[in-house]
Amino acid sequence: MQLSVSGLSVERGGRIVFSALSFTLQAGESLVVTGRNGAGKSSLLRALAGLLPSAEGAISYAPASDEPLYEMTHYVGHADALKSALTARENLAFFAAALGAGRGGCSPETALDAFGLGRVAALPCAYLSAGQKRRVSLAKLLVAKRPLWLLDEPTTALDAASQETMTKVMQAHLNEGGMIVAATHASLDLAARELRLGAAA
Amino acid sequence: MSEAPAPRSALVALFIRELQIGRRIGGGASLGVVFFLILVTLTPFAVGPDLVLLARIAPAILWIAGLLATLLGLDRLFQADHEDGSLDLLLMSRAPIELIVLVKCFAHWLLTGLPLVLAAPFFGLMLALPANQIASVALSLLAGTPALTLIGAIGAALTVSLRRGGLLLAVLILPLCVPVLIFGVAAASGPSDSAAPFLILCALTLFALVGAPIAAGAALRRMGE
Repeated sequence: MQLSVSGLSVERGGRIVFSALSFTLQAGESLVVTGRNGAGKSSLLRALAGLLPSAEGAISYAPASDEPLYEMTHYVGHADALKSALTARENLAFFAAALGAGRGGCSPETALDAFGLGRVAALPCAYLSAGQKRRVSLAKLLVAKRPLWLLDEPTTALDAASQETMTKVMQAHLNEGGMIVAATHASLDLAARELRLGAAA
Repeated sequence: MSEAPAPRSALVALFIRELQIGRRIGGGASLGVVFFLILVTLTPFAVGPDLVLLARIAPAILWIAGLLATLLGLDRLFQADHEDGSLDLLLMSRAPIELIVLVKCFAHWLLTGLPLVLAAPFFGLMLALPANQIASVALSLLAGTPALTLIGAIGAALTVSLRRGGLLLAVLILPLCVPVLIFGVAAASGPSDSAAPFLILCALTLFALVGAPIAAGAALRRMGE
């Protein structure tokens, strides 16, 4: 499995955020996108997720797949996408049904345990701390199997132990032949290539 | 669970989630009915205690109050999902966005539109609505309020990223609701031997059922730009 991006340009609000960006990513590889604020890291991830149309260029998978981009990828953005009225388990059960039904992934309970959240599974998300919410949001990576993970600042609000867990989870995903593109300012402890987005306007 | 075809179980999960959120946050359904009640109660104060006049305009008042009460919570239909990031997730789910819009509208109507339909006969009594029209008012609201929710969903999708989108939503949507209002009131107050206004009302709802999810889905897809 291979992801290739060629000549990609993304425009937001009439301004070119970045242009002529090309890279390829093989199965089991990860890419860390760096660059200063406003360089277009989040825009790149949203474009890869199919949430932002690209002005030019192409994003393709080999072998070619019938599934649209956004069904191949997990996207963890700045917002945690959790409903505060629902419990952590209910939120994850919804993620599992919406994102991965019929294609594997572990149960919400196992995913919560993997991130050390077993004790708060039955609490409404409104009562969780920022780091706990982040972990619930990251646990969705496990309830549905999708080959490409797009992580926007995944370790925000995580403590050292949770960062270590996250590193293990990402390593396991890579070992299974998955791919990761992460935008971050922190180091991720992964053998990752670095893509530096330059020239911010 | 994995036996069900994927998109369907995603939609079922969404439907359950919407009802759970609506029930837990609370206030949504009952607040709409209370707003409906207040509008209906205010009218006799404004018009005066003329029972003949009130009885004549009762279907119109119930319909206008129903229309405004339906609009009440619509601005949050997609906005709440947009703000917490779950709209991205819905766009990336395995179900098409048009069906997601439809499921959200259905859940929203069950929580806000249906209580209005159930309350309308009682509120009709407060307006001296003749007994033989009570059923036709309720029936016309039952057939017409889904169209209002669906048309409102288009406005909700267009104003999804605006902080104060509620007013703009009303301005965008109310003109589009005029046909529903005309045939809704006609079906509620017309002579009972003519079914034409009611059938046209049903046609409008069916039209909205097909058209609104496509329009709202297109608006939500373009939202990221």
